[in-house]
Amino acid sequence: MKFTIDRSEERSILLVKEERIDAHNSGELKECLLNLLETGARLLVVALNEVRFIDSSGLGALLSGYKNANLRHARLVLVGVQPRVQSMFELTRLHQVFEIVDRVDDVVVSK
Amino acid sequence: MASSCIAVDIAVPNRTRYLALVGNIAECLAKGLEAYSGDRDTLAFHLNLVLTEAAGNAIRHGSPANEERLLHICIEVRDDDLCIRVFDYGQGFDLDHLAPLDAGELEEGGRGILVMRALMDSVAYKKTEEGNVLEMRKKLA
Repeated sequence: MKFTIDRSEERSILLVKEERIDAHNSGELKECLLNLLETGARLLVVALNEVRFIDSSGLGALLSGYKNANLRHARLVLVGVQPRVQSMFELTRLHQVFEIVDRVDDVVVSK
Repeated sequence: MASSCIAVDIAVPNRTRYLALVGNIAECLAKGLEAYSGDRDTLAFHLNLVLTEAAGNAIRHGSPANEERLLHICIEVRDDDLCIRVFDYGQGFDLDHLAPLDAGELEEGGRGILVMRALMDSVAYKKTEEGNVLEMRKKLA
């Protein structure tokens, strides 16, 4: 899976550089989220601006990251969710679980 | 819709890297259904999604020990009846006895069937002598 990571003391931003997340690359996404959390990310922002398609395994990978963040008292925030990806969150009602905001700049950083 | 029949048989290697290809075939097919009066783009997205879910399941659970086996999929549109069949050669499962996963639950897996059931009119899983088949149907009216 192609992605870039922008890490600062305040937050870590994972920009997913794929149009599609499915069973082929969702395992890598899960691993990447876990790795960032294990190495101390307290606020993990996942930017999905380029993602046009996500299946249930992709949602599972994000959910794994969300649960892992909660266990570590960290936060996982989704940004740039495109309409069809949003429709998958709504279909599975996971939009009620995740913290989803429009843009990276909209993420409120807790002091 | 005018009387018509389109049937597409797909056989690809039993690997997840081909999920995008089979999903895109379903998407292209839906976009070409000129007699369909609904939103073809949405239908195309939904068919990509349900086929990706079904094919992903078949690859994961169908015949994991035999990657060389082909994944076999049939898509048929007969007038306004759409039928997608995804074949697998694994142990099979009883669709009616899977623990139902409600929307909003935090389990990481188990949403594929939920998605298929939400977007198609019917989802059935049958064991046959030639293997197992997941059959999804939808009325294109």
